[in-house]
Amino acid sequence: MSSHAYDPSATLRAYFMVFGMLMVFTALTVAVAFMDLGAMNNVAAIGIAVAKAVMVMAIFMHVRGSSNLIYFCIFGSLFFLSLMFYFPLIDVLTRNLLGIPGK
Amino acid sequence: MSEVVSRLQPHFATEQQQYETSTFGMWVFLVTEVMFFGGLFTAYLIYRLQYPQAFINASHHLDITLGCFNTVVLIGSSLTMAMAVHSARVEKSKMIAFWIAMTMVLGSIFLGVKAIEYTQKWEHGLFPANFFLQAADAGQQRIFYSLYFAMTGLHATHMVIGMGIMVYIAVQALRGAYTARWYTPVEIMGLYWHFVDLVWIFLFPLLYLLGRHH
Amino acid sequence: MESSDQRVTYLNVAHTVSSWLLTIDHKRIALLYLVSITVMFFLGGLMATAIRLELLTPAGDLMDSDTYNKAFTLHGVIMIFFFLIPSIPATLGNFLIPIMVGAKDLAFPKINLLSWYIYIIGATFGLIATFTGGLDTGWTLYTPYSTAFATTNVVLPATGLFITGFSSILTGFNFIVTIHKMRAPGLTWFRLPLFVWAHYATSLVMVLGTPVIAITLFMVILDRSGFGIFDPTIGGDPVLFQHLFWFYSHPAVYIMILPAMGVISEIIPAFSRKKIFGYGFIAASSLAIAIIGFLVWGHHLFTTTQSMYAAVVFSVLTFAVAIPSAVKTFNWAATMYRGSVSFEAPMVYAIGFMGLFLIGGLTGLFLALLGLDMHVQDTYFVVAHFHYIMVGGAIMGYMGGLHFWWPKITGKKYPELPAQIAAALIFIGFNLTFFPQFIAGYAGMPRRYHYYPDEYQVLNVCSTLGASILAIGYVLPLFYLFWSLRHGEDAGKNPWGVLGLEWTIDSPPHPHNFHETPIVDYEPYDYPEAAHALGLHHVEPEATAHV
Repeated sequence: MSSHAYDPSATLRAYFMVFGMLMVFTALTVAVAFMDLGAMNNVAAIGIAVAKAVMVMAIFMHVRGSSNLIYFCIFGSLFFLSLMFYFPLIDVLTRNLLGIPGK
Repeated sequence: MSEVVSRLQPHFATEQQQYETSTFGMWVFLVTEVMFFGGLFTAYLIYRLQYPQAFINASHHLDITLGCFNTVVLIGSSLTMAMAVHSARVEKSKMIAFWIAMTMVLGSIFLGVKAIEYTQKWEHGLFPANFFLQAADAGQQRIFYSLYFAMTGLHATHMVIGMGIMVYIAVQALRGAYTARWYTPVEIMGLYWHFVDLVWIFLFPLLYLLGRHH
Repeated sequence: MESSDQRVTYLNVAHTVSSWLLTIDHKRIALLYLVSITVMFFLGGLMATAIRLELLTPAGDLMDSDTYNKAFTLHGVIMIFFFLIPSIPATLGNFLIPIMVGAKDLAFPKINLLSWYIYIIGATFGLIATFTGGLDTGWTLYTPYSTAFATTNVVLPATGLFITGFSSILTGFNFIVTIHKMRAPGLTWFRLPLFVWAHYATSLVMVLGTPVIAITLFMVILDRSGFGIFDPTIGGDPVLFQHLFWFYSHPAVYIMILPAMGVISEIIPAFSRKKIFGYGFIAASSLAIAIIGFLVWGHHLFTTTQSMYAAVVFSVLTFAVAIPSAVKTFNWAATMYRGSVSFEAPMVYAIGFMGLFLIGGLTGLFLALLGLDMHVQDTYFVVAHFHYIMVGGAIMGYMGGLHFWWPKITGKKYPELPAQIAAALIFIGFNLTFFPQFIAGYAGMPRRYHYYPDEYQVLNVCSTLGASILAIGYVLPLFYLFWSLRHGEDAGKNPWGVLGLEWTIDSPPHPHNFHETPIVDYEPYDYPEAAHALGLHHVEPEATAHV
């Protein structure tokens, strides 16, 4: 039970629009995968996935219009996730740069 | 018109507080799920950077058509789940059960396709514990498949658990348990299922769409 | 003063076994946890006894290497996962947090009970593993030994730890939601007791970190089943395992120390009769420790093939994480300064904590120095450092809290003199056990070895002697605390004469904690004004001694 009044037709419209967009983006990501864009392939793949994720969260998961606490959960978890990616990356990408064996 | 039954539990002051607590609780749980899957994504990230070509070679053994089909199916199941939540908000109990059943049908199709894929991988010697692919970079491809089975297997397990809980919610819906005033279990089931969809939205390009332009 | 026989309390409201095993009352669940973790503590202590007995002599004569490996592995696994991590949060946290926020229970009482059952199931896996061959990989489960070479059953205890992790996650999740959503009217964030702030920070770590150890254990189990995620022969990276393992296990040490710091932040103003110095800074430092604690795990990998650049970054960040802890220590000391200090058992534990945590924390900075760490990594220096924090810090905090809130939990006062003696024995025994280990480690004695060169024997004998005294110190409370249940003086609502919402309700509390929802319109630790206004008298130690 939410504190604001429920607008069924607007909600359904949003749901179907998001579904349509998700289909379009799925087709897009497959199409882009078959093009040779060099390093941009990875950027595009992640970028499209992020766009799809934002739509699912905002509309399907009702994040748009929800309390700050929910945004806090989302950005907080993404921050800590990025730490878990970032530091091992620093390690792996800077190994063997000093010519010291084993470092 | 359903009777007005209070579902307020004794340790809460208001129904609004109870609803906000339950949804916040599910979001905190989803935070733990992000970190849970995140460990596997971390391993994937590190190894993909170290063995880019092996990962591309390994990805080519995956069937992009099946992967794409599954993506469409799972996104569809997210839509049907959202429809179930909508039905709860407009107090159409039978429609809640219907849309949940549709979600389960689509989920089952997804799992069926995954079963087909897994069987194919086993037969081609790509299952990590029974790996007999002949290639120069077979070892690193085995790492890719270790992560492939771990990530998609964990994802599938989450789907199975979710679908099990959905049975309970559908039964409760048919009993008229959910009203426009109290439909919290349907809402938080929706949050869980959309999260499952979110994980696949990232798994699909990372596993299936590597190096397809060669 | 009404005796608790006539009043309905959470203890006497029902007496059947099922009323305990199916309870959803957070106070009863706290006691269920108290019993379970105490059992696991003594089991872990048994392992410690085996270790210290073996190390009395330089030769490996009490047990062979494989058995010794199992002894220290199980000591670590049991003490960390089955005792320390749940200890304060699951017992004192579960009991006090709803009361301190003015609520009738946690946000999700049934999930609270579920978390205990999950703990029991995980602990059972651990116990079965202990008695059917044990685990010899070290509690750190490093690959590829744990995945490819260990002959002990790794999957069984790993599964047990995986399951127990969910108990931790559910506890943290319950606390976070409760603290956000269940505070009484008027209870703003900055009116919360520091115990609650400490548990909020701890819960953030539990919720963000524990899933990572879970997935790492899952990967180990997969590798044991034939996958090759960490197999170096096919390109797998054992250091990646260490990154994932320590991403949780370093913040895990903050899960162990933050609640203890929360306890100390309650005890010190109470027994100094003085407002805590720098409330805001202590609250903020709890969050800072939780967050920065996630940025330092690479200091466990200094002697691996982790790159030098990453090591430097982690070293700097490790220095940074010491700062909020130092802030707390200064603030506690400043609270005591010019306070009216008395030395009941909780305060003995708290002051002991401050000294021992200081040594443990400072030696952590030694270890954060890359150059020095190369010399002392994997020696007894490290062992001494973490025991100073985990035992000298966390367990002293736990014991102090147990004594401080014992009258509230049981409605009985414990006998003060035996308690003070036990606290002193623990402090003396602890230092005698672990200070020699700093010296031995600095002089080069490696950890996890059960035979060593003769020159380390004197230090080891000292250490074992200290451990014997420590053991007596830990066993004594079992006796006098149980004694107090039958023969202790009735406590009344506020036996210490201190401020805090929990001291305004009955001892033991009513099942619903409050008869009416409290309204909190005052600041915490408002000594001496509020104490004087409430007519709270300072309680002299002699008045409570019964022996």
